[in-house]
Amino acid sequence: MTGSMIAFAAFSTIAIVGSLLVIFRRTPVASAFALVLVFFSFSGLYALMGAHLIAALQILVYTGAIMVLFVFVIMLLNQDSPITDIKESSLLFKGIAGLACVGMVTVLINAALRVSGLAPTNIYTDQKIEELGGNLRVISELLFTDHLFQFELTSFLLLGAIVATIALSKRQRKGGVS
Amino acid sequence: MNGEIQPMMMVVVALIVFGIGLFGLLIRKNLLIMLMCIELMLNSVNLCFVAFSKMHQSVLGDLTVLFVMTVAAAESAVGLGLVIAMFRTLKSVDTDQIQILRD
Repeated sequence: MTGSMIAFAAFSTIAIVGSLLVIFRRTPVASAFALVLVFFSFSGLYALMGAHLIAALQILVYTGAIMVLFVFVIMLLNQDSPITDIKESSLLFKGIAGLACVGMVTVLINAALRVSGLAPTNIYTDQKIEELGGNLRVISELLFTDHLFQFELTSFLLLGAIVATIALSKRQRKGGVS
Repeated sequence: MNGEIQPMMMVVVALIVFGIGLFGLLIRKNLLIMLMCIELMLNSVNLCFVAFSKMHQSVLGDLTVLFVMTVAAAESAVGLGLVIAMFRTLKSVDTDQIQILRD
C-alpha cells in the first residue's frame, strides 16, 4: 500500500460520499458545500495522475468561480430553508431511475474496459513530459500552436455567455414582457 | 496492481460519480440542485478525459478538459441566470411549477 494508493482511496471515497451528499441533502447550501468537497477531491485525483495544471484550474475555476456563483444565487433566492422535493417523486420512479443509472454506469465501465486494451500512443510518456519541461509547458505549447483556433473560439463562447446572462437577469422595464 | 494507480480505477470512480449525478438529476426537482448535478457529471467526464489521456500517454485529454471547463463555466452562468429569471416570474425554483403551457 503506497502513499499514492492511500491518497487515491481517500480522495475517491470523499468524492463518492460527497456526491451522494449533494443529491440527498435537503438544503441547497448543504448540497453546495458537499459539491465543494467533491471538487477538492477531484483536484486531488488530477494531481495524483500528474495533471497539475488541471488540478490547479479545477480549484480556481470550479471551487473559486462556479461555487461562488452558486452560493451567491442561493443567497439571492433565499433558498436556505429545507426543501422536500426529494420526497415528492414516487418510489417507483426513483427505483426506475436508480436502475437506469446503475445500468448506464455498468455499460460505460464495460466500454471503458474494452477501450483500455488499446495500445498507448507513446507520444507523451511521463519521461518525455519531464524532458519537455513539465505538464504545464507541454499543454500550453499545444494550446497556443495546434489548438489556437479553438482557444480563440472559446472567447466567443464566453462573450455569448456574458451577453446571455445580462439579457436574462436584467431588470425588465415596467410592463415589459419578462 | 503493483502499488501504482491505474488510470482505469480513476475511470471507474469517475463513472460512479457520473451515475450519482445522473440519478440526482432524475429524482430532484429543485433547479439549483439539478444544476449542481450537471456540474457533477461534467466533472466526472473531465476526470475520464484526463484518465484516458494518461492511459494512452497523450496530453490531448488534458487539453480538452480546458475547453470543457470553459463550457461548464459559461453553462453554469447562463443556467443560474435562467434560474433567477424563473424565480422572478414564478417565485419558485421547483420544476413542477413550470406548467404555464398546461393551463
